[in-house]
Amino acid sequence: MRFLRSAWYWFDDRTGIAGALGPIAQHAVPRNSASWFYVFGSATLFAFLLQVATGVTLAFMYVPSAGEAYQSLEFITNQTTFGRIVRGMHNWGASAMILLVGIHMIRVYMTAAYKFPREMHWITGVVLLALTVVMGFTGQVVRWDQTAVWSTIVASEQAGRIPFIGAWVADFIIGGETVGGTTLSRMFAYHVFIIPALLFIFIGFHLYLVIKNGISEFPKAGEPVDPATYREKYESMVKRDGVAFWPDAAWRDMVFGFIVITTILLIAIIIGPPNLGPPPNPSNIDALPVPDWYFIFYFAFLALMPPSMETYLMVFGPLVVGLLLFMLPFISNRGERSPLRRPWAVAIVALTIASISGLWAIGISSPWSPHFHAKPLTVEIIGADSGAIYRGGMNFNEKGCLYCHTIDGHGGERGPNLSYIGDRLSTNELTWRIMNGGLNMPGFGGTLSNQELNDLVIFLKTRKKGNENTGR
Amino acid sequence: MNEKTKTSDECSRRQFFTHLSITLGSIAAVMIGIPIIGSILAPIVKKPKPDWRPVGAVKNFTIGDTVKVTFVDASPLPWSGVTAETAAWLRRTQEEEFMAFSVNCAHLGCPVRWVAGAKLFMCPCHGGVYYSDGSVAAGPPPRGLYKYPVRVKNGQVEIKTSPIPITTV
Repeated sequence: MRFLRSAWYWFDDRTGIAGALGPIAQHAVPRNSASWFYVFGSATLFAFLLQVATGVTLAFMYVPSAGEAYQSLEFITNQTTFGRIVRGMHNWGASAMILLVGIHMIRVYMTAAYKFPREMHWITGVVLLALTVVMGFTGQVVRWDQTAVWSTIVASEQAGRIPFIGAWVADFIIGGETVGGTTLSRMFAYHVFIIPALLFIFIGFHLYLVIKNGISEFPKAGEPVDPATYREKYESMVKRDGVAFWPDAAWRDMVFGFIVITTILLIAIIIGPPNLGPPPNPSNIDALPVPDWYFIFYFAFLALMPPSMETYLMVFGPLVVGLLLFMLPFISNRGERSPLRRPWAVAIVALTIASISGLWAIGISSPWSPHFHAKPLTVEIIGADSGAIYRGGMNFNEKGCLYCHTIDGHGGERGPNLSYIGDRLSTNELTWRIMNGGLNMPGFGGTLSNQELNDLVIFLKTRKKGNENTGR
Repeated sequence: MNEKTKTSDECSRRQFFTHLSITLGSIAAVMIGIPIIGSILAPIVKKPKPDWRPVGAVKNFTIGDTVKVTFVDASPLPWSGVTAETAAWLRRTQEEEFMAFSVNCAHLGCPVRWVAGAKLFMCPCHGGVYYSDGSVAAGPPPRGLYKYPVRVKNGQVEIKTSPIPITTV
């Protein structure tokens, strides 16, 4: 014990560490900022540190080679000690980070902590948000399975829509003109060196700013921010009624951070990492590259926007959103901070959450996609086991109608539900629609024989409400 | 007087060293920057040479059928492994005539599937649909499927490798 103490005195004497860090750890913060609303930033930081630790661990076992990464992932998951848990933590830690970044951002926006003098906190935060999102994407790619390969292609196709320089950006992303030997090495360099380096720099800056300008006090309605007097008021308030950051405010961060880390660990143990898809073979086209959950809303957005505007929305949409976020503290850096006096801010947050959740919910079922695995109509549903109706029902299965149209619970959702189509359309109308298509339906005029067409129409004419209980 | 001259002398010395340091630093940064940035950006300038790849004997294909063929892409590297593979949809239209379509949807590059019954190419991602000639039938694709050059040589069908067709504006 005495040895440890003297060793510490020696170390502190030579390094001055206690004198340098003590005041920072114990600097006074507003009493009302020591609150459970303020734990999300530090929790994001803890999740990030977990990502660093697990990421470095994975790098011990991962081979960033296009041909071999998949095998090394299988090795990590199935053969190494704790590898499955580490990979699981890295995956769920990424999800946690995205979630926490979002909550932290909403908290900061709702309490208008970005206003004077904390504009740069917000701006560095926006940069960190962007870097986190890119980490999420590149992370999905270095999980080098079939989805990773096709996601890379989808991402470079989106980049390809950028006016003038699109093709260059796309080639830059995949490291050439095809996904292959060069792609993964580049993605690995982004994911493991470049973006983490930027993250460290901007997190350091972000934290430095929090120390420099102080943690924002919890807003009170009727106490607007005036840049001329704010700093003075803040400092005297902290001096008069502040608490030491460590441990008076920090203990909540530690408690919440502990819960976050434990949750991630438990999920990693119980659920484990996401299953690897089939190997990253670009000639395997039996793929449906769905992004990780935090991008599903964007996946839905890409499907739902009108095709005539999509190039602009795809390229300039994220750009405009990014720019608006970046500009926010310049648009409003003074005035009321309390959400009680900022109805527009509350509305914007509510609207954003609503539209993202809405897109997310739609994106999960993706009704715009043909359902290739739809269960074929059975004889019972068709209502006949021979004759024109039966043949028409089988045509419905075979001609791909089923992938987009539902009949009695079987089929896709892209086109209208045809369960009661016989009530709505006449024989002529049905024939015309099948032949010519329209809206989002291909015309089948060139591919159906007369008999096939007639059978199909006869079958569809039987789809009526009254027929439900006729023993099908 | 004497002291004053000394001061201004020192200032210009100081200025000189300031400029010298900044200049040397900048030159060094540019010098190492050229090869670094150059090698990172190289893939956007260096284009692989297209090559003809055999995908099977003519007699293996039935007239009118559309099948997936697999071949090695334009720029395979020794460590590419399975990622060097690429695919196309190949249809024998006549005795000696073939058509080859890209498997990449013109919308965002997802792999389109040939649905033989419907004689349509369908994309699983955002619902792009193409007719058998590759033209857009439905959904968001801004143009039809990309067509590969294809030829018959010594009884073998050959496809000319091309990059993943990136839809640009």
